[in-house]
Amino acid sequence: MNQQLDEQGRLKHFLTIEGLSRALLTEVLDSAERFAPVGERAVKNVPLLRGKTVVNLFFEPSTRTRTTFELAAKRLSADIINLNIAASATSKGESLTDTLRTLEAMQCDMFVVRHQNSGAAEFIADQVAPHISVINAGDGRHQHPTQAMLDMFTIRRAKQHFDGLVVAIVGDITHSRVARSEIQALNTLGVAEVRVVGPKTLIPTQVEALGAKVFNRIEDGIAGADVVMMLRLQQERMNSPLLPSAQEYFQAYGLTERRLKLAANDAVVMHPGPINRGVEIDSAVADGSQSVILHQVTHGIAVRMAVMSLVIGTHAAAGAS
Amino acid sequence: MKIDVAELLDNMGADLQQHIDNAAREDPIIVGVHTGGVWIAQHLHKRIGNEAPVGELNIAFYRDDFSRIGLHPTVEPSKLPFDVNDRHLILVDDILYTGRTVRAAMNEIFDYGRPSSITLVVLVERGGRELPIQADIVGTRLTLAASEHVKLLGPDRLRLELCKAKT
Repeated sequence: MNQQLDEQGRLKHFLTIEGLSRALLTEVLDSAERFAPVGERAVKNVPLLRGKTVVNLFFEPSTRTRTTFELAAKRLSADIINLNIAASATSKGESLTDTLRTLEAMQCDMFVVRHQNSGAAEFIADQVAPHISVINAGDGRHQHPTQAMLDMFTIRRAKQHFDGLVVAIVGDITHSRVARSEIQALNTLGVAEVRVVGPKTLIPTQVEALGAKVFNRIEDGIAGADVVMMLRLQQERMNSPLLPSAQEYFQAYGLTERRLKLAANDAVVMHPGPINRGVEIDSAVADGSQSVILHQVTHGIAVRMAVMSLVIGTHAAAGAS
Repeated sequence: MKIDVAELLDNMGADLQQHIDNAAREDPIIVGVHTGGVWIAQHLHKRIGNEAPVGELNIAFYRDDFSRIGLHPTVEPSKLPFDVNDRHLILVDDILYTGRTVRAAMNEIFDYGRPSSITLVVLVERGGRELPIQADIVGTRLTLAASEHVKLLGPDRLRLELCKAKT
Protein backbone atom coordinates (compact mmCIF):
# COMPACT_ATOMS: atom_id res chain seq x y z
CA MET A 1 0.00 0.00 0.00
CA ASN A 2 1.11 3.54 -0.76
CA GLN A 3 2.40 5.02 2.48
CA GLN A 4 0.97 8.46 1.73
CA LEU A 5 -2.63 7.29 1.22
CA ASP A 6 -5.21 6.20 3.79
CA GLU A 7 -7.55 3.19 3.41
CA GLN A 8 -9.96 5.26 1.30
CA GLY A 9 -7.18 6.36 -1.05
CA ARG A 10 -7.04 9.93 0.28
CA LEU A 11 -3.75 11.78 0.70
CA LYS A 12 -2.59 11.80 4.31
CA HIS A 13 1.03 12.69 3.55
CA PHE A 14 2.54 14.14 0.39
CA LEU A 15 5.90 12.45 -0.08
CA THR A 16 6.31 11.49 -3.72
CA ILE A 17 4.55 11.70 -7.08
CA GLU A 18 5.32 8.03 -7.65
CA GLY A 19 2.25 5.83 -7.36
CA LEU A 20 -0.30 8.68 -7.34
CA SER A 21 -3.16 8.40 -9.82
CA ARG A 22 -4.10 10.95 -12.44
CA ALA A 23 -7.36 11.53 -10.54
CA LEU A 24 -5.46 12.41 -7.37
CA LEU A 25 -3.03 14.76 -9.12
CA THR A 26 -6.00 16.41 -10.84
CA GLU A 27 -7.72 16.82 -7.46
CA VAL A 28 -4.63 18.66 -6.17
CA LEU A 29 -4.63 20.93 -9.24
CA ASP A 30 -8.39 21.59 -9.00
CA SER A 31 -8.09 22.41 -5.28
CA ALA A 32 -5.22 24.79 -6.03
CA GLU A 33 -7.45 26.58 -8.56
CA ARG A 34 -9.82 27.38 -5.71
CA PHE A 35 -7.03 28.64 -3.46
CA ALA A 36 -5.42 30.83 -6.13
CA PRO A 37 -7.98 33.69 -5.90
CA VAL A 38 -7.43 33.98 -2.13
CA GLY A 39 -4.04 35.59 -2.83
CA GLU A 40 -5.71 38.32 -4.87
CA ARG A 41 -8.13 39.43 -2.14
CA ALA A 42 -7.85 42.29 0.34
CA VAL A 43 -7.66 39.76 3.17
CA LYS A 44 -5.33 37.07 1.85
CA ASN A 45 -6.22 34.33 4.31
CA VAL A 46 -9.00 31.87 4.94
CA PRO A 47 -9.77 30.25 8.31
CA LEU A 48 -9.44 26.65 7.12
CA LEU A 49 -6.46 25.52 9.25
CA ARG A 50 -7.06 27.84 12.19
CA GLY A 51 -5.58 26.28 15.31
CA LYS A 52 -3.27 23.91 13.41
CA THR A 53 0.48 24.09 13.91
CA VAL A 54 2.87 23.48 11.03
CA VAL A 55 6.62 23.04 11.45
CA ASN A 56 8.97 23.81 8.58
CA LEU A 57 11.63 21.21 9.30
CA PHE A 58 14.54 22.19 7.09
CA PHE A 59 17.72 20.15 7.31
CA GLU A 60 19.03 21.84 4.18
CA PRO A 61 18.94 25.56 3.44
CA SER A 62 16.16 26.87 1.22
CA THR A 63 14.65 30.29 0.74
CA ARG A 64 11.81 30.18 -1.74
CA THR A 65 10.40 26.76 -0.92
CA ARG A 66 10.46 27.52 2.81
CA THR A 67 8.98 30.97 2.28
CA THR A 68 6.13 29.78 0.07
CA PHE A 69 5.26 26.98 2.52
CA GLU A 70 5.29 29.58 5.27
CA LEU A 71 3.01 31.91 3.29
CA ALA A 72 0.72 29.02 2.35
CA ALA A 73 0.33 28.02 6.01
CA LYS A 74 -0.29 31.62 7.05
CA ARG A 75 -2.90 32.12 4.34
CA LEU A 76 -4.68 29.06 5.72
CA SER A 77 -4.56 30.66 9.21
CA ALA A 78 -2.29 27.94 10.59
CA ASP A 79 0.53 28.76 12.95
CA ILE A 80 3.94 27.96 11.51
CA ILE A 81 7.39 27.80 12.95
CA ASN A 82 10.61 27.52 11.00
CA LEU A 83 13.17 25.12 12.33
CA ASN A 84 16.59 25.23 10.78
CA ILE A 85 17.84 21.88 12.00
CA ALA A 86 21.32 22.24 10.57
CA ALA A 87 21.91 24.99 13.09
CA SER A 88 19.80 23.46 15.84
CA ALA A 89 19.45 20.40 18.02
CA THR A 90 21.21 17.83 15.81
CA SER A 91 24.38 19.91 16.04
CA LYS A 92 24.11 19.38 19.79
CA GLY A 93 23.94 15.63 19.23
CA GLU A 94 20.16 15.03 19.43
CA SER A 95 18.98 12.15 17.25
CA LEU A 96 16.35 12.71 14.54
CA THR A 97 13.86 10.54 16.41
CA ASP A 98 14.32 12.58 19.57
CA THR A 99 13.82 15.80 17.60
CA LEU A 100 10.57 14.41 16.18
CA ARG A 101 9.35 13.29 19.63
CA THR A 102 10.10 16.74 21.00
CA LEU A 103 8.14 18.46 18.23
CA GLU A 104 5.22 16.05 18.69
CA ALA A 105 5.20 16.95 22.37
CA MET A 106 4.72 20.56 21.27
CA GLN A 107 1.39 19.40 19.73
CA CYS A 108 2.24 20.03 16.09
CA ASP A 109 0.00 18.82 13.26
CA MET A 110 2.25 18.88 10.23
CA PHE A 111 5.92 18.64 9.32
CA VAL A 112 7.18 20.11 6.07
CA VAL A 113 10.51 18.38 5.53
CA ARG A 114 13.52 19.35 3.43
CA HIS A 115 16.50 17.01 3.74
CA GLN A 116 19.72 16.33 1.85
CA ASN A 117 19.17 12.55 1.98
CA SER A 118 16.86 10.71 -0.42
CA GLY A 119 14.02 8.98 1.42
CA ALA A 120 14.17 11.25 4.49
CA ALA A 121 10.53 12.38 4.24
CA GLU A 122 9.31 8.78 3.98
CA PHE A 123 11.43 7.83 6.97
CA ILE A 124 9.98 10.68 9.03
CA ALA A 125 6.41 9.86 7.92
CA ASP A 126 7.03 6.34 9.25
CA GLN A 127 8.26 7.64 12.60
CA VAL A 128 5.70 10.29 13.48
CA ALA A 129 2.54 9.90 15.56
CA PRO A 130 -0.53 8.96 13.49
CA HIS A 131 -2.19 12.39 13.70
CA ILE A 132 0.75 14.15 12.04
CA SER A 133 0.97 14.83 8.30
CA VAL A 134 4.30 15.02 6.52
CA ILE A 135 4.97 16.95 3.32
CA ASN A 136 8.15 16.40 1.37
CA ALA A 137 9.74 19.73 0.45
CA GLY A 138 12.66 18.04 -1.30
CA ASP A 139 14.74 15.02 -0.28
CA GLY A 140 18.20 14.46 -1.77
CA ARG A 141 18.02 13.49 -5.43
CA HIS A 142 14.72 11.72 -4.88
CA GLN A 143 11.59 13.88 -5.03
CA HIS A 144 10.24 17.41 -4.80
CA PRO A 145 6.54 16.73 -5.29
CA THR A 146 5.07 20.17 -4.50
CA GLN A 147 7.48 21.75 -7.01
CA ALA A 148 6.26 19.26 -9.62
CA MET A 149 2.62 20.06 -8.83
CA LEU A 150 3.10 23.83 -9.02
CA ASP A 151 4.76 23.29 -12.40
CA MET A 152 1.84 21.10 -13.54
CA PHE A 153 -0.50 23.87 -12.36
CA THR A 154 1.48 26.45 -14.35
CA ILE A 155 1.42 24.26 -17.46
CA ARG A 156 -2.32 23.66 -17.15
CA ARG A 157 -2.96 27.38 -16.72
CA ALA A 158 -0.86 28.14 -19.82
CA LYS A 159 -2.02 25.26 -22.03
CA GLN A 160 -5.42 24.31 -20.49
CA HIS A 161 -4.71 20.58 -20.73
CA PHE A 162 -1.88 18.04 -20.95
CA ASP A 163 -2.97 16.03 -24.02
CA GLY A 164 -0.54 16.21 -26.89
CA LEU A 165 2.04 18.38 -25.10
CA VAL A 166 5.77 17.94 -25.67
CA VAL A 167 7.77 18.96 -22.60
CA ALA A 168 11.56 19.32 -22.60
CA ILE A 169 13.47 19.33 -19.30
CA VAL A 170 16.95 20.76 -19.79
CA GLY A 171 19.95 20.57 -17.48
CA ASP A 172 21.42 18.43 -14.72
CA ILE A 173 18.91 15.58 -14.65
CA THR A 174 21.09 13.25 -12.58
CA HIS A 175 21.20 15.39 -9.47
CA SER A 176 17.68 16.82 -9.82
CA ARG A 177 14.85 15.72 -7.55
CA VAL A 178 12.70 18.23 -9.43
CA ALA A 179 13.29 16.45 -12.75
CA ARG A 180 12.34 13.06 -11.31
CA SER A 181 9.07 14.35 -9.86
CA GLU A 182 8.28 16.29 -13.04
CA ILE A 183 8.78 13.28 -15.33
CA GLN A 184 6.43 11.16 -13.20
CA ALA A 185 3.78 13.88 -12.90
CA LEU A 186 3.85 14.71 -16.63
CA ASN A 187 3.50 11.06 -17.62
CA THR A 188 0.71 10.45 -15.10
CA LEU A 189 -1.19 13.48 -16.38
CA GLY A 190 -0.82 12.19 -19.93
CA VAL A 191 1.44 14.50 -21.94
CA ALA A 192 2.49 13.23 -25.37
CA GLU A 193 6.24 13.27 -24.76
CA VAL A 194 8.69 14.05 -21.99
CA ARG A 195 12.25 14.83 -23.11
CA VAL A 196 15.33 15.20 -20.98
CA VAL A 197 18.12 17.26 -22.44
CA GLY A 198 21.70 17.57 -21.22
CA PRO A 199 25.26 16.34 -21.51
CA LYS A 200 25.68 12.56 -21.15
CA THR A 201 27.43 13.08 -17.81
CA LEU A 202 24.28 14.68 -16.32
CA ILE A 203 21.64 12.23 -17.58
CA PRO A 204 21.05 9.12 -15.46
CA THR A 205 21.19 5.85 -17.34
CA GLN A 206 17.79 4.61 -16.13
CA VAL A 207 15.85 7.75 -17.09
CA GLU A 208 14.18 6.11 -20.10
CA ALA A 209 12.52 3.65 -17.73
CA LEU A 210 10.79 6.65 -16.11
CA GLY A 211 9.28 7.51 -19.48
CA ALA A 212 11.57 10.20 -20.89
CA LYS A 213 13.37 10.48 -24.23
CA VAL A 214 17.04 11.48 -24.02
CA PHE A 215 18.58 14.26 -26.10
CA ASN A 216 22.17 15.45 -25.81
CA ARG A 217 21.89 18.53 -28.06
CA ILE A 218 19.58 21.28 -26.82
CA GLU A 219 18.66 22.21 -30.42
CA ASP A 220 17.24 18.71 -30.94
CA GLY A 221 15.69 18.49 -27.48
CA ILE A 222 13.62 21.66 -27.60
CA ALA A 223 12.61 21.44 -31.27
CA GLY A 224 8.83 21.81 -31.40
CA ALA A 225 8.45 21.65 -27.61
CA ASP A 226 5.38 23.26 -26.01
CA VAL A 227 7.05 23.66 -22.63
CA VAL A 228 10.77 24.18 -21.96
CA MET A 229 11.75 23.62 -18.34
CA MET A 230 15.23 24.79 -17.47
CA LEU A 231 16.91 23.34 -14.39
CA ARG A 232 19.33 25.26 -12.24
CA LEU A 233 22.95 24.30 -12.69
CA GLN A 234 23.99 24.00 -9.09
CA GLN A 235 26.96 26.20 -8.29
CA GLU A 236 28.40 23.54 -6.05
CA ARG A 237 28.61 21.14 -9.00
CA MET A 238 30.19 23.58 -11.44
CA ASN A 239 33.70 22.70 -10.37
CA SER A 240 33.10 18.98 -10.73
CA PRO A 241 34.76 16.99 -13.52
CA LEU A 242 31.26 16.16 -14.85
CA LEU A 243 30.96 19.64 -16.24
CA PRO A 244 32.68 22.19 -18.40
CA SER A 245 32.90 25.77 -17.14
CA ALA A 246 29.78 27.92 -16.73
CA GLN A 247 30.61 29.75 -19.96
CA GLU A 248 31.04 26.51 -21.87
CA TYR A 249 27.80 25.18 -20.42
CA PHE A 250 25.95 28.29 -21.58
CA GLN A 251 27.48 27.88 -25.04
CA ALA A 252 26.22 24.31 -25.27
CA TYR A 253 22.99 24.31 -23.21
CA GLY A 254 22.02 27.88 -22.32
CA LEU A 255 18.51 28.85 -23.42
CA THR A 256 18.86 31.86 -25.68
CA GLU A 257 16.25 33.67 -27.77
CA ARG A 258 17.75 32.11 -30.89
CA ARG A 259 17.39 28.58 -29.52
CA LEU A 260 13.92 29.22 -28.13
CA LYS A 261 12.74 29.92 -31.71
CA LEU A 262 13.20 26.18 -32.34
CA ALA A 263 10.41 25.39 -29.85
CA ALA A 264 6.71 25.83 -30.65
CA ASN A 265 5.73 29.46 -31.32
CA ASP A 266 3.62 29.59 -28.17
CA ALA A 267 6.05 27.60 -26.01
CA VAL A 268 6.38 28.65 -22.37
CA VAL A 269 9.67 28.76 -20.50
CA MET A 270 9.84 27.55 -16.91
CA HIS A 271 12.52 27.42 -14.23
CA PRO A 272 12.17 26.26 -10.61
CA GLY A 273 14.57 28.96 -9.45
CA PRO A 274 16.80 30.41 -8.32
CA ILE A 275 18.00 31.17 -11.84
CA ASN A 276 21.63 31.55 -12.91
CA ARG A 277 21.45 34.20 -15.61
CA GLY A 278 24.00 33.54 -18.31
CA VAL A 279 24.59 29.96 -17.17
CA GLU A 280 21.46 27.94 -18.03
CA ILE A 281 19.27 30.78 -19.27
CA ASP A 282 19.81 34.11 -21.00
CA SER A 283 18.34 37.16 -19.25
CA ALA A 284 16.37 38.08 -22.38
CA VAL A 285 14.56 34.72 -22.17
CA ALA A 286 14.12 34.71 -18.39
CA ASP A 287 12.48 38.15 -18.57
CA GLY A 288 10.85 37.59 -21.97
CA SER A 289 7.21 37.28 -22.95
CA GLN A 290 7.31 33.47 -23.04
CA SER A 291 8.68 33.16 -19.50
CA VAL A 292 6.24 32.02 -16.79
CA ILE A 293 8.94 31.80 -14.11
CA LEU A 294 7.34 34.31 -11.76
CA HIS A 295 3.90 32.73 -12.24
CA GLN A 296 5.46 29.51 -10.95
CA VAL A 297 6.34 31.28 -7.70
CA THR A 298 2.81 32.66 -7.24
CA HIS A 299 1.23 29.32 -8.12
CA GLY A 300 3.49 27.61 -5.59
CA ILE A 301 1.55 29.24 -2.76
CA ALA A 302 -1.87 28.08 -4.02
CA VAL A 303 -0.61 24.55 -4.70
CA ARG A 304 0.95 24.28 -1.24
CA MET A 305 -2.27 25.58 0.33
CA ALA A 306 -4.15 22.84 -1.52
CA VAL A 307 -1.75 20.07 -0.48
CA MET A 308 -1.70 21.18 3.17
CA SER A 309 -5.50 21.38 3.32
CA LEU A 310 -5.97 18.00 1.65
CA VAL A 311 -3.62 16.10 3.96
CA ILE A 312 -4.75 17.81 7.17
CA GLY A 313 -8.36 17.34 6.03
CA THR A 314 -7.77 13.61 5.59
CA HIS A 315 -6.38 13.36 9.13
CA ALA A 316 -9.30 15.42 10.46
CA ALA A 317 -11.86 13.19 8.76
CA ALA A 318 -10.10 10.03 9.96
CA GLY A 319 -9.98 11.33 13.53
CA ALA A 320 -13.69 12.16 13.56
CA SER A 321 -15.00 8.90 12.11
CA MET B 1 -42.57 17.71 -5.40
CA LYS B 2 -45.21 19.96 -6.93
CA ILE B 3 -43.64 23.37 -6.48
CA ASP B 4 -43.33 25.66 -9.47
CA VAL B 5 -39.86 27.14 -9.02
CA ALA B 6 -40.33 29.62 -11.90
CA GLU B 7 -43.38 31.05 -10.15
CA LEU B 8 -41.48 31.33 -6.86
CA LEU B 9 -38.67 33.17 -8.65
CA ASP B 10 -41.18 35.63 -10.14
CA ASN B 11 -42.59 36.37 -6.70
CA MET B 12 -39.13 36.62 -5.14
CA GLY B 13 -38.03 39.02 -7.89
CA ALA B 14 -41.02 41.28 -7.20
CA ASP B 15 -40.51 41.09 -3.41
CA LEU B 16 -36.82 41.83 -3.78
CA GLN B 17 -37.46 44.84 -6.04
CA GLN B 18 -39.91 46.19 -3.49
CA HIS B 19 -37.46 45.55 -0.65
CA ILE B 20 -34.72 47.43 -2.54
CA ASP B 21 -37.07 50.34 -3.29
CA ASN B 22 -38.43 50.57 0.26
CA ALA B 23 -35.02 50.54 1.87
CA ALA B 24 -33.58 52.83 -0.84
CA ARG B 25 -30.73 50.42 -1.39
CA GLU B 26 -29.41 51.75 -4.66
CA ASP B 27 -27.35 49.71 -7.07
CA PRO B 28 -27.18 46.47 -5.06
CA ILE B 29 -24.92 43.60 -6.04
CA ILE B 30 -26.15 40.01 -6.13
CA VAL B 31 -24.03 37.17 -4.75
CA GLY B 32 -25.03 33.50 -4.93
CA VAL B 33 -23.73 30.63 -2.78
CA HIS B 34 -22.51 27.63 -4.79
CA THR B 35 -24.16 25.80 -6.41
CA GLY B 36 -27.92 26.26 -6.15
CA GLY B 37 -27.68 29.81 -4.80
CA VAL B 38 -25.79 30.91 -7.91
CA TRP B 39 -28.55 29.55 -10.15
CA ILE B 40 -31.20 31.45 -8.17
CA ALA B 41 -28.99 34.56 -8.13
CA GLN B 42 -28.67 34.47 -11.93
CA HIS B 43 -32.46 34.37 -12.31
CA LEU B 44 -32.95 37.24 -9.85
CA HIS B 45 -30.18 39.20 -11.57
CA LYS B 46 -32.15 39.05 -14.83
CA ARG B 47 -35.31 40.18 -13.08
CA ILE B 48 -33.68 43.03 -11.15
CA GLY B 49 -31.54 43.97 -14.14
CA ASN B 50 -28.57 45.58 -12.43
CA GLU B 51 -25.23 46.14 -14.10
CA ALA B 52 -22.71 44.36 -11.88
CA PRO B 53 -22.29 40.65 -12.72
CA VAL B 54 -23.47 37.96 -10.31
CA GLY B 55 -20.89 37.19 -7.61
CA GLU B 56 -20.24 33.57 -6.69
CA LEU B 57 -19.23 32.28 -3.28
CA ASN B 58 -17.76 28.87 -2.64
CA ILE B 59 -17.74 28.69 1.12
CA ALA B 60 -15.61 25.51 1.34
CA PHE B 61 -12.80 27.36 3.14
CA TYR B 62 -15.19 28.81 5.73
CA ARG B 63 -17.22 25.74 6.62
CA ASP B 64 -17.29 24.75 10.27
CA ASP B 65 -17.11 21.01 9.56
CA PHE B 66 -13.58 20.89 8.05
CA SER B 67 -12.29 19.36 11.28
CA ARG B 68 -14.85 16.57 10.87
CA ILE B 69 -14.99 15.82 7.15
CA GLY B 70 -11.92 17.45 5.60
CA LEU B 71 -11.76 19.55 2.45
CA HIS B 72 -14.92 19.68 0.34
CA PRO B 73 -14.32 18.36 -3.17
CA THR B 74 -15.93 21.20 -5.12
CA VAL B 75 -14.18 22.75 -8.06
CA GLU B 76 -15.46 26.29 -8.62
CA PRO B 77 -13.61 29.06 -6.77
CA SER B 78 -15.28 32.12 -5.29
CA LYS B 79 -15.62 35.02 -7.72
CA LEU B 80 -16.54 38.48 -6.51
CA PRO B 81 -15.59 40.63 -9.53
CA PHE B 82 -16.38 43.94 -7.77
CA ASP B 83 -15.46 45.91 -4.69
CA VAL B 84 -17.90 45.00 -1.90
CA ASN B 85 -16.93 47.95 0.31
CA ASP B 86 -19.90 50.25 1.01
CA ARG B 87 -22.19 48.29 -1.34
CA HIS B 88 -25.57 46.77 -0.64
CA LEU B 89 -25.26 43.01 -1.05
CA ILE B 90 -28.07 40.61 -1.92
CA LEU B 91 -26.91 37.21 -0.66
CA VAL B 92 -28.76 34.35 -2.32
CA ASP B 93 -28.96 30.67 -1.38
CA ASP B 94 -31.28 27.85 -2.36
CA ILE B 95 -32.20 26.29 1.00
CA LEU B 96 -32.01 27.92 4.45
CA TYR B 97 -31.80 25.15 7.06
CA THR B 98 -29.30 25.24 9.95
CA GLY B 99 -27.96 28.70 9.02
CA ARG B 100 -24.36 27.48 9.01
CA THR B 101 -23.85 28.07 5.28
CA VAL B 102 -25.03 31.67 5.61
CA ARG B 103 -22.71 32.19 8.60
CA ALA B 104 -19.78 30.90 6.51
CA ALA B 105 -20.82 33.03 3.51
CA MET B 106 -20.96 36.21 5.61
CA ASN B 107 -17.53 35.49 7.09
CA GLU B 108 -16.14 35.10 3.58
CA ILE B 109 -17.79 38.30 2.34
CA PHE B 110 -16.17 40.29 5.15
CA ASP B 111 -12.75 39.05 4.02
CA TYR B 112 -13.40 40.88 0.76
CA GLY B 113 -14.49 44.10 2.45
CA ARG B 114 -17.22 45.81 4.48
CA PRO B 115 -20.55 45.99 2.69
CA SER B 116 -23.15 48.61 3.72
CA SER B 117 -25.76 45.92 4.16
CA ILE B 118 -26.54 42.31 3.40
CA THR B 119 -30.03 41.13 2.46
CA LEU B 120 -30.62 37.39 2.60
CA VAL B 121 -32.77 35.82 -0.11
CA VAL B 122 -33.61 32.09 -0.15
CA LEU B 123 -35.76 29.93 -2.37
CA VAL B 124 -36.81 27.59 0.44
CA GLU B 125 -36.86 28.15 4.15
CA ARG B 126 -37.28 25.15 6.40
CA GLY B 127 -37.16 24.78 10.17
CA GLY B 128 -34.09 23.57 12.03
CA ARG B 129 -32.05 26.73 12.51
CA GLU B 130 -28.97 26.23 14.71
CA LEU B 131 -27.83 29.85 14.45
CA PRO B 132 -29.72 33.16 14.82
CA ILE B 133 -30.11 33.81 11.08
CA GLN B 134 -33.27 34.71 9.17
CA ALA B 135 -34.01 35.42 5.54
CA ASP B 136 -35.44 38.76 4.32
CA ILE B 137 -37.01 37.35 1.15
CA VAL B 138 -38.34 33.77 1.05
CA GLY B 139 -39.70 31.87 -1.96
CA THR B 140 -41.56 29.27 0.07
CA ARG B 141 -41.60 27.83 3.59
CA LEU B 142 -41.63 24.05 4.04
CA THR B 143 -42.25 21.99 7.14
CA LEU B 144 -40.04 18.93 6.91
CA ALA B 145 -38.99 16.17 9.28
CA ALA B 146 -35.30 16.02 10.20
CA SER B 147 -35.01 12.86 8.09
CA GLU B 148 -36.29 14.68 4.99
CA HIS B 149 -34.08 16.68 2.67
CA VAL B 150 -35.00 19.11 -0.04
CA LYS B 151 -32.62 19.70 -2.92
CA LEU B 152 -32.57 22.10 -5.85
CA LEU B 153 -31.84 20.48 -9.21
CA GLY B 154 -30.69 22.45 -12.25
CA PRO B 155 -29.38 24.54 -13.80
CA ASP B 156 -31.42 24.07 -17.00
CA ARG B 157 -34.85 23.59 -15.52
CA LEU B 158 -34.81 24.46 -11.83
CA ARG B 159 -36.87 22.06 -9.72
CA LEU B 160 -37.04 20.92 -6.13
CA GLU B 161 -36.61 17.33 -5.07
CA LEU B 162 -37.62 15.93 -1.72
CA CYS B 163 -35.81 12.86 -0.41
CA LYS B 164 -35.64 10.82 2.76
CA ALA B 165 -32.20 10.63 4.29
CA LYS B 166 -30.75 7.14 4.48
CA THR B 167 -30.53 6.01 8.07
